[in-house]
Amino acid sequence: MSQNKIGSVLIVGAGIAGIQAALDLAESGYLVHLVEESSAIGGTMPMLDKTFPTNDCSMCILSPKLVECGRHLNIRTYTNSQVVKSEGEAGNFKVTIKQKARYIDLEKCTGCGACAEACPVKVDDEFNQGLGKRKAAFKQYSQAFPNAYGIDEKNCLYQTRGKAKGKDICLKCVKACQAGAIDHQMEDKEFEVEVGSMILNPGFKVFDASSLDYYGYGTIKSVITSLEFERLLSASGPFDGHLVRPFDQKEPQKIAWIQCVGSRNAKINHNYCSGVCCMYAIKEAVIAKEHSHIPVDTTIFYMDMRTPGKDFEKYYNNAKNNQGVNFIRSRVYEVTEAKDDSGDAVIRYSTEDGQICTDQFDLVVLSVGLEPGDSSKDLANMLDLKVNKYGFAELQPLSGVNTSKDGVFAAGAFSGPRDIPETVMQASAAAGAASALLSDERGTLVSEKEYPPELDVAGDVIRTGVFICHCGVNIGSVVNVPSVVEYAKTLPTVAYATDKIYACSQDAQASIKALISEQKLNRIVVSSCSPRTHEPLFQETLKEAGLNAHLFDMANIRDQCSWVHMHEPEKATEKAKDLTKLAIVRASMQQPVQPIFMAMNHAALVIGGGVAGMTSALSLADQGYEVHLVEKDKVLGGVARRFSTGFRGEDMKAFVADLIDQVSNHPNIKLHVGVGIKDVGGFLGSFTTTLENGEQIAHGVALLTIGGQEYKPHEYLYGQDQRIMTQIEMDEALYNHDSKVENAKNFVFIQCVGSRCDENPYCSRTCCTKSVKLALKVKKKNPKANIFVLYRDMRTYGYFEEDYEEARRIGIIFVRYSENAKPVVNKEGDTLVVTVTDHVLDRPLEIEADVICLAAAIKAPEDGRKLSKWFKIPLNADGFFLEAHMKLRPVDFSTDGVFMAGIAHSPKNMEEVITQAKAAAGRAGVALSKDQVESAGLNAFVNKRKCTACGTCEAVCSAKAVTVDLVNRVAVVNDALCKGCGACASSCRCGAISLRGCTNEQIVEMLNFL
Amino acid sequence: MGEIQVETENKKYDPKIAAFLCNWCSYAGADLAGVGRIQYPPTIRTIRVPCSGRINPLYILKAMANGADGVLVSGCHPGDCHYISGNYVARRKFALIKSLLTYVGLEEDRVNFSWVSAAEGGRFAEVVKGVSERVGALGPNKGVFKVDDGGATDE
Repeated sequence: MSQNKIGSVLIVGAGIAGIQAALDLAESGYLVHLVEESSAIGGTMPMLDKTFPTNDCSMCILSPKLVECGRHLNIRTYTNSQVVKSEGEAGNFKVTIKQKARYIDLEKCTGCGACAEACPVKVDDEFNQGLGKRKAAFKQYSQAFPNAYGIDEKNCLYQTRGKAKGKDICLKCVKACQAGAIDHQMEDKEFEVEVGSMILNPGFKVFDASSLDYYGYGTIKSVITSLEFERLLSASGPFDGHLVRPFDQKEPQKIAWIQCVGSRNAKINHNYCSGVCCMYAIKEAVIAKEHSHIPVDTTIFYMDMRTPGKDFEKYYNNAKNNQGVNFIRSRVYEVTEAKDDSGDAVIRYSTEDGQICTDQFDLVVLSVGLEPGDSSKDLANMLDLKVNKYGFAELQPLSGVNTSKDGVFAAGAFSGPRDIPETVMQASAAAGAASALLSDERGTLVSEKEYPPELDVAGDVIRTGVFICHCGVNIGSVVNVPSVVEYAKTLPTVAYATDKIYACSQDAQASIKALISEQKLNRIVVSSCSPRTHEPLFQETLKEAGLNAHLFDMANIRDQCSWVHMHEPEKATEKAKDLTKLAIVRASMQQPVQPIFMAMNHAALVIGGGVAGMTSALSLADQGYEVHLVEKDKVLGGVARRFSTGFRGEDMKAFVADLIDQVSNHPNIKLHVGVGIKDVGGFLGSFTTTLENGEQIAHGVALLTIGGQEYKPHEYLYGQDQRIMTQIEMDEALYNHDSKVENAKNFVFIQCVGSRCDENPYCSRTCCTKSVKLALKVKKKNPKANIFVLYRDMRTYGYFEEDYEEARRIGIIFVRYSENAKPVVNKEGDTLVVTVTDHVLDRPLEIEADVICLAAAIKAPEDGRKLSKWFKIPLNADGFFLEAHMKLRPVDFSTDGVFMAGIAHSPKNMEEVITQAKAAAGRAGVALSKDQVESAGLNAFVNKRKCTACGTCEAVCSAKAVTVDLVNRVAVVNDALCKGCGACASSCRCGAISLRGCTNEQIVEMLNFL
Repeated sequence: MGEIQVETENKKYDPKIAAFLCNWCSYAGADLAGVGRIQYPPTIRTIRVPCSGRINPLYILKAMANGADGVLVSGCHPGDCHYISGNYVARRKFALIKSLLTYVGLEEDRVNFSWVSAAEGGRFAEVVKGVSERVGALGPNKGVFKVDDGGATDE
């Protein structure tokens, strides 16, 4: 490792993994170079309509992250770029980046779209999976960052025909662009950056379904891929969210999904499960039903329904039982075109009992699997990283994120198929790992913006400056901008009003700044586009001019006026005047709001000393923070101490012993073993935890890694015979060469014991793989053993599919049973007999068993409720911790400063536990890196004289920020917890509590001017 | 008074509707309608609030008293609230204010509540169209409780 470490990190790929890792690192004091191959950041997520299992709109949850990433001072984003060379070692790499010419100047482009409108070239839109058209001057999607267009040189008329010959062909975009942003002479450039570490997340591509001709993709028009279907559902898709067949616009009434297209297929070297397709197919089926105004019949053709993630089983059951999605366990032979000229497709398939059937559908969706992208392969090749036989990067065992090269980490689908939360988790884990590697250099390369001292405006006469934007022709061609300016001048408090061609341009910012000082303006209103995208930009300008950022308001006269009233210019102008007036009223009543700073204690408390807790503690300690690790048991290691080998054959005993050794000897870690917790108080930055022995620990953040428990079966005669054991017990018996298993001949594994049932409706995720692993171990040691695995769905997701395939190949017998006909275990004399109904033969099968291994469920930890009360954190219906957001905040609680990892979040295997533990440490590290806890300050505040201490505000506050001080009989707002929703302010009976920046007085005054 | 009414009945009348949109879902949905150039009537005057839970029933009364012809309140879909449960707070208040307004004799269609997510540009436009039509059909707000108090509030 290099001695000259550099406090910056290169991130390759700007999908959700890259964005998350970039934000985590930039927020914790590292400079980030973010390299993206396409013209905008976002990756695959913006293409998706909804996300499972919450059905959140994908774009809505992503777009705040896009904006944050795009605006971050310490994230340098290079679009249209690729890494072409790298040298050096961990701590100090020199990386060469090649950036292709965009032909549009990012500094000047305002994203107005005039170039695209003028461009005469139409090509297939990749973003819409070729279902729609885009121009050669284009932006990938409307919310894209950079919010700028680019020119596709392969299709642009000037670039392809004119440039080389020196002829002025087309150039319509140049004429259309009023910002002068287009530069057709731009050239590709190469440059070098120095970084201490790299995080690679170039993502995936979907399987090319046309390579399997029996599915008819590419030849039958009504056969489409699942990603194309996402675009059909999306409101921003080619048909504006109307669910129609792309080729004849017919609304489909009968839709089928075919699973495992390009997955679980050893013949084409895709002997892995893509892990996400079962869930997305269910989601698409449910959303299609919700979306369409006519009844839609949906059917999913599948082999095993694999829904092992958190709350996935519930989602599946809901689709099956309440939404009426049909599930057919089958083998699909082929898809052919219907002979009736309807354009429909016919699926021929065999059912489980061997019947061959055909069925006709309006639309057939192929659930295509994930495979490494072309650039992923190039990247791995260039950096000389180990890849597996499918081309995915191979990670070091039980590391979660380490590639074969020191200092280079992986996240997302680069190392194998993953869903969004797993991707986000791995990204935070990679950021944490990079941060631990470079902790000495934290803060060395980042810059912090400096502002002039803030002007004191208290008591000054209010002088509002109003700027009305033409947005090129976007506003100006509909709204009569000069008349709005004249109208604004007549309004109270307005001291100055003018128009701007582009209010957001650099020169406009300079002019606004100059006018603030020349005209002594102390309130600013901009009437232009959406405050959601542009408010931060103008507020930045105010701060640069010495005004408090909150002495400002915006009127949205583009997105919510000129664009939506294009044919009614007069009425649109009236509306623009009214909206501007409302903004002026609001701004004139704005008061400076100061951010609130609170002290940050830089120590972390980790509760639970299993693998998750120890991994988190080590990562945080390596990042340079003091860590208190509390374990109520007398020894560290948790349940992992009972495991012999990991899922990739790792020696677990040695691994756990090594972890214990490391945490015991780390100078930054203080162990509190054999002691529980008595009480917890405080909030982000200043928690105090009291241990049972009376010791008090002050800490800034807390990580809850309390594990889970093994279900103790009360079925299948468990506990009545030594030969009936759980998976963990069998693992121990094999490890100890127990005669019960050493001499046994017939083994029966029973799956889903205590999972996927009424008592525990969820899937325990790891048991299918664990049983296959144990069965393989037995069979390899004793090839004559007869092994039966009784299962409901084999959920060997990801690369575990290889084990399942091998198990079948070497003669392990898999017998499926249904939920309603569970196997029965009887003891006849001294003989154990298992009876199960075979699904192919449809008759009972009796097996004399020497050993019965029960795949006992993983249950939620017993201490969850206690911690839930202490930290004010929620549990889900199954008793596991509930994260702040199931997709994008998988290790954060909604309570700031509290994080989770491991089984306590949901059942998962060791590798996944380690990834999540590193992710939690990464996220906690972001919080700990701050000198102070800052909040914007747009919080609720109380007028003590009016307050009657009735407690309504406390009752409605979901952030638990308001409490009633019973001694002084007044409500008190905790600024550290308040999120600024204002529910308290609208519920207060005596008008005592209000919200900064959105007071009752302001809104009422606006209504007075309506 | 009578004359004016006859006039408004004869010519097409454009209502003025106060629209309270939550920042995270409905306002974003309205922006998306713009990005998609989905046209809807220019009847609403938007007031952006952090959350539908911020909307004090007073605002609805005040808007109606100040001559708005209708009110639209739009928040996140149930379960999607950025602040966890603000839209439920709004929903409870709305149920009460609705019954109060009906009690004082205001036409039910003047005050409208809807859920629009940040992805539903088309739906936002539909909502505005629907509200505009319903309010438009009622004619101008006759000022059931127009109070001549010089614009004072109880603040």
